[in-house]
Amino acid sequence: MTETFQSWGMSYEWAWGLATISGILLIALPLMLAVAMIIYVDRKVWAAINLRRGPNVVGPFGLLQSFADGLKVFLQETIIPSAANKGIFILAPIVTFTVALAAWAVVPFSSTAVLADINVGLLYILAISSLSVYGIVMAGWASNSKYPFFSAMRAAAQMISYEVAIGFILICVVLFAGTYNLNDIVRAQEGFGFGLINAYVIHPLLFPMWVMFFISSLAETQRVPFDLTEAESELVAGYQTEYSSMSFALFWLGEYANILLMCVLNAILFFGGWLPPLNIDLIPWFDIPGIVWLLLKTFFFFFMFSWVMATVPRYRYDQLMRLGWKVFLPISLGFVVVISGYLMATGHYGAAA
Amino acid sequence: MTSVAHLIKSFTLWEFVKAHALTLKYFFKPKVTLNYPFEKNPLSPRFRGEHALRRYPNGEERCIACKLCEAVCPAQAITIESEPRDDGSRRTTRYDIDMTKCIYCGFCQEACPVDAVVEGPNFEYATETREELLYDKAKLLANGDKWERAIAANLEADAPYR
Repeated sequence: MTETFQSWGMSYEWAWGLATISGILLIALPLMLAVAMIIYVDRKVWAAINLRRGPNVVGPFGLLQSFADGLKVFLQETIIPSAANKGIFILAPIVTFTVALAAWAVVPFSSTAVLADINVGLLYILAISSLSVYGIVMAGWASNSKYPFFSAMRAAAQMISYEVAIGFILICVVLFAGTYNLNDIVRAQEGFGFGLINAYVIHPLLFPMWVMFFISSLAETQRVPFDLTEAESELVAGYQTEYSSMSFALFWLGEYANILLMCVLNAILFFGGWLPPLNIDLIPWFDIPGIVWLLLKTFFFFFMFSWVMATVPRYRYDQLMRLGWKVFLPISLGFVVVISGYLMATGHYGAAA
Repeated sequence: MTSVAHLIKSFTLWEFVKAHALTLKYFFKPKVTLNYPFEKNPLSPRFRGEHALRRYPNGEERCIACKLCEAVCPAQAITIESEPRDDGSRRTTRYDIDMTKCIYCGFCQEACPVDAVVEGPNFEYATETREELLYDKAKLLANGDKWERAIAANLEADAPYR
């Protein structure tokens, strides 16, 4: 994009700046739209499994429900509790929202459509997703109210616990791909299964890793069954109890942007990202743009997120910790060893090697 | 042996897979929710909804101000004042029902000797202010005129059982 702007007679610096900003807008604005629609999908899927209809009044099939809710929230008064720490109280939703958007910089939507094609993309995502706990902890602390505080404590412990497991799972993927660059990880999956299937999951050593990654991503985004941070029956609404109006909406958007990010990561790391599922030209299969495949896969994973939400009850807190530290951590650690051994033994070690 | 089976089950997430298969089946089932403003449940002829004061076919109001409904009303929602009319017949000058007090027990229509006060089939009369729910005689008579057909049909249908 920089070259296009340069060809219009801009200096390189201006062209680069403009290209970056338009790239950010090209990702962030559709993302906001996607978040609005995905909230609708979430409610619809949940309703369908409960034999309900879900939102169906605002707009055709209720498609505009999220926008109606957004408008309603936007017109509300922002209430700041008098005992709250005002600065941090206002900062918390902004941090949550910004961090949720920041991670999308390295997501490859197709082989070329990626804002920052950096070689440490996966590390960047790990770092950003660890940062997202700050917004929650700040909100819980600044609210100066006991339920948000409990919620923030839980969120911090939970996200740290599951990030450890996620780290090891990602290492397994990186061992196979030999790179931290998300685009290269996707490319490494081309024809991975017998030259036919473009996905890491079909490998018997990586399939359990994907299952664990999926469950960990539920925990990482505080979705059911790991939504102890906003356990309605115990903590009112968790860390967002004291929030109203746009500050609440920012939490809401940030949360769903994080969920979408985890869905995209599932697709990129284990299901071949923007590659078509099979490496054969069935129909004009390769002519379908990569972003379509990525979005389809993301949507599939989001459906699974909703499906899980409608199916399983919430974990107890000690069960959550047990699963994270005593099941996922040892298993993923073991798999790092096993996969390294397997790769050494089969001589596939490292794409660069 | 059972412990081995248990171990296998827990590591293959067997219970979770089964649960998700079940919920996926429910996902495709027809939905039970009534699409309310567009679809409505059938109502019994005995349904006790919004009150109405009926008239005779010649336009004369039925109520003879016997005040039985006022007396029987357990919530004391009905207020009646009466006076002889110019032609000498006794009629109400005031017939108020406080719909915020009413418990929809149907005692008033049960007590009425001339089927004047009835609870009609209408249940969609939500208002934006409380005052609008303090019905006076004019409002109740207007309800009667509006719903007469449905009320008459319901009374007819229920007549054999009364």
